[in-house]
Order: sequence, then structure tokens, then C-alpha cells
Amino acid sequence: MHQVTTRTRASTIAGIAALALIAVGLILPAFAPRSLIQDLFFILTMLTLAQLWNLIAGFGGMVSVGQQAFVGIGAYAMFAGVILMGWDPVPAILLGGLAAFLLAIPMAFFAFRLAGAYFAIGTWVIAEVTRLVIAQWKTLGGGTGTSLPREATSDIIGVETIANLFGLRDAAARDVLAYWLALGLAVATMAAIYALLRSRTGLALAAVRDNDNAARSVGVDARRVKWIVFLAAATMTGLVGALIYVQTARISPDAAFSVTNWTAYVIFIAVIGGIGRLEGPILGVLVFWGLQTAFADYGSWYLLALGVLAIATMLFAPRGLWGLIHDRTGLSLFPVQRRLILIDERSKP
Amino acid sequence: MTDVLTLSHVSKSFGALKVTDDVSFAVPKGQALGIIGPNGAGKSTLFNLVTGNFLPDAGQITLLGRDVTRTPAMERVRMGVGRSFQIPQPFEGLTVFENLLTAAAYGQGKREAEVQDACVAILKDTELLAKANQLAGTLSLLDRKRLELARAMATGPELLLLDEIAGGLTEGECQALVATIRGLHAQGVTIIWIEHVLHALTSVVERLLVLDFGRVIGIGDPDQIMASKEVREIYLGMEV
Repeated sequence: MHQVTTRTRASTIAGIAALALIAVGLILPAFAPRSLIQDLFFILTMLTLAQLWNLIAGFGGMVSVGQQAFVGIGAYAMFAGVILMGWDPVPAILLGGLAAFLLAIPMAFFAFRLAGAYFAIGTWVIAEVTRLVIAQWKTLGGGTGTSLPREATSDIIGVETIANLFGLRDAAARDVLAYWLALGLAVATMAAIYALLRSRTGLALAAVRDNDNAARSVGVDARRVKWIVFLAAATMTGLVGALIYVQTARISPDAAFSVTNWTAYVIFIAVIGGIGRLEGPILGVLVFWGLQTAFADYGSWYLLALGVLAIATMLFAPRGLWGLIHDRTGLSLFPVQRRLILIDERSKP
Repeated sequence: MTDVLTLSHVSKSFGALKVTDDVSFAVPKGQALGIIGPNGAGKSTLFNLVTGNFLPDAGQITLLGRDVTRTPAMERVRMGVGRSFQIPQPFEGLTVFENLLTAAAYGQGKREAEVQDACVAILKDTELLAKANQLAGTLSLLDRKRLELARAMATGPELLLLDEIAGGLTEGECQALVATIRGLHAQGVTIIWIEHVLHALTSVVERLLVLDFGRVIGIGDPDQIMASKEVREIYLGMEV
């Protein structure tokens, strides 16, 4: 007799804690100050971006340095929906996902021909090309960028309701709406990744990451698995990008396609927290936010310190902070490993 | 008796080098065929032609009565070709059990829940049950070889290709692995086995094929083949 399970006692507790945390997160705007809501928006969007990068790089072995392409194209598609087609900014976020999906198809087509470091450079180059092309789009401000028109931001769906509900001014109510959307995206992304990793496709993804050749020899369609994961991550990244710029309401090609903001920081978060684990980016984003809050005034020194910290982590704790914790305690909040438990017939009642 | 695999006049060249030269043979269902030959004789290439990793320049390959000469590798796995690699290639970040689950689920096109029992049975047969939850990256060489065998078995093969699976093992380890392979063969699995460790090979196979410079220079009863002058001269490098 045997049984197969991924669940542990820690994972059951973590599941309950996660649900409680989500519930608290939902009602938080009722009593939290606006600055906290803004900080949490930042944390949640960076967390989602880091989870998505972790999915393709940590679980899928595709180290992309071009994720800013999807943030940027997603944000610009949302702007195009609002400015050119007169859409409300919130539904226009969906255009961001669609645009990122469409961009990911040619990107994957070219980049999948490359491996390792060449893949990384290839994705970066494609992101830069996308930025240069978008900077030619005069209607959306060309190289200098543009802002969401006041008419569009003043009557976003749901803002008035939120304003009345919590007795807030419109600007603060917009932050609450953006925060809720960020919370929704973060939860949906993590739930989807967790479900994927526990599915049959999760096994295939790990097999392809560990040994492409051997994966094919047991019947895994390696190309298909990579395509699915890359396109899904790109689409979600596009949605996050669009959401970030609904909140910012001002866009320029340099900011929206910033390799520092949308890829370097994101990689930092995943590396510090622990690549290839769902817990990693959660821990990483908190560290990153703490450092940002405490030291961002130091400018380049702050960036240098981040770099040094990332290098030190890679050298001395390559599996990140969560890796250290896991090694010490064996703790896993979101386990994906299928454990075979043998049940001795004789010991059964 | 039906043939699981038939090669007729199969040739393959890399540039000017002919690595497979007009090779023809058939493997009946349930048979264990050994392949020997000096290094560079084209043994592994022959496997790659059967699995579909390489496509032949000429000739025809038939698997279970179907012409698979141009069939993609992945489809051949689903049709029932399982292989173990000369150098073990485990999925190191997965456990032993998960390695088998992956192979079984994808090799047979089934859901995970449907293949769990079969995977446990294979773990027992290959003496890996105690290490089921261990990461494959932490295994010893013998266990890696066992995992190669187990993972190939998990794909549910009609035809099992073993590439130098006994190489690099100590005598005792080799004996243990041979016993496992003999057990699988007794269950009726058709096997083609490339091996340099001759006594391991001849203790299992019923038929032996000798390859040299891409050509078949002998096929038949292992004792007769090993006794033939030509084989001794070419394969063992003996003066006649």
C-alpha cells in the first residue's frame, strides 16, 4: 500500500495563513493610511513580477533579461486604449495583457533558438528594439512620453463607489482601486503558478529545466512546455505593467522599458529570496522594500550596495534566504514535491 | 513470431564518414539482442536512428509493423521505445519517484494518478523503493544507472534500448544490475543492449550483433559469434 502527497503540516498551516492574509489585505483600505496602501501596491506589483520571472527562469530555466518589454508594451497598450479608443483605464489593462502576449510570440520564436547567456542577451536586445520602436509613436508622446488625460483618470469605474464607501478623496480612492487590483493579480498569479507546478506540466517543466535531452527521451514535448510558460508569464507581466501605469498615470519609453526597474530589481528580489521556490520572491520583495525605504536616498551608493548584496548571495547562499531557511529547518510553505509514503500492511488496524 | 523492430538497408553519414552502412536486422518480440563492436563502430548512432534522434539517409525502420523512418522521436517514445543513456541523465532536481512519474505520465500519455502504482512496482523491481523520495542529483553511480533503467521502463516500452548500462560499475554492482535486467527480460520486454562488459551481456542476451565501421559483420548465437575468426580479429584485436 502506498499514497502520494505533496501536502505537509506546514503547508496546511501556510494555506490557512495565506487565506487569512488575503482577507486582511482586502479590508485593509478601510483603516490603513494612504501611504501604506501605496507601499503595498509597490510591494504587490514587484512581487508579482518577481514570481513571473521566477517561473520562467527558476522553474523553467529560461533566464530572461527582457521582461521590461512586456511591462512596457503592456503599459503602452493600456495608454493606447485610453487615449486613442477612449476606454476606461481599468478594462484597458486587459489590452496590456493581450499586447504582451502578442509581443511574446515573435520574442519566443527568436529567443528559443538561443541558449543560456545568449538567450538572456537576446531577450534584452528584443526589449530594447521594442522600446525604440514605441518611442517613434508620436500620438503617445514619442520619446518624451505622455500622461493619462484628466477626463480618463477622474471617472475610472468604481473609484466613486470606493470614495463614498471609505470617505476618501478621488486620488486616494484611485490608489485603493489600484491596490485591490494588484492584490488580485498577485494572488491569482501565485495560485496559478502553484497549481501549474503541482500539475503534470509542472513535472515536465522541471524535467526540461534539468535535462532537455532526457525530457524528450521520455516523451515530454520540451518546446511546447517552454512556449506555454513563456507566453503565460509574458501575458501576466503585461497586465502588471499596465496596472502599474494606471496608478502612475504618466508614461515614457525610458521608464516603461527600464531594464533596471522591471528586470534588474526583479531578478534581485528572486535571487535574494531564493530562485526556484514560491517562497523566495515573497521574502525577497520584503528585503528589497526595506532596503529601498531605508537607503534609496543614497542614489548610486544604494544601487552599488544592492549589487554587492546580490553577488554575495549568489556566492555564499546561491539558493537565497529561503534556501538557507529550508536547509536549516526543512520548512516548505508551498511544497510541490510528490512524496511517496509507504503504508505497512501489518501496522494497519 | 512478430518482429518488434526491423531495420532494412539503413545508412547514415556524417559528412564523408559513413557511421551506419547498409544495416539490416530484425528483433522478434521478447528477444534480448546484444550489440558489440569497437569504439566508434556506430553503436550509439544505431540507437539514435531507432529512437528518431537521427534520421537515416537511406533505408527503412519499422516499429511494431509501422514504418517509422521519418516519425519524430517523441512519437516513437509513445509508441513504445524506451532508452537509457550511456551517461546517466537524471532529472536532478526531482526525486527518484518524480523522475519515474514524469516518464510514465508523458511516455504513456496518462495522468499522474493513473501511473503511480506502475511506478511503485518499477521502483521495487529496480531496488530503488527505499530511495523514492531522494533527489536524483544525490544518487550514487549504481543508483543513477538503476534510475536510467527504471525511467526507461516507466515509459511503458515495447522495446527497451540499453546503452552501456553496466559500464563503470564494480563487479558486484554489475551483478546486481544484470539480475534486474534479467528480471525485466523474463517479464517479456524486448531488449537491445549495447555493452562492452561482455560477460554481463552474454549472461542475458539470446542473440549477438557485431558492428564494425558501421557494418554488421555478424549476427546470431552469442557463442558462435564470439567463436568466429572475423569477430575475434576485429573486435578483440587478436592475431589469427
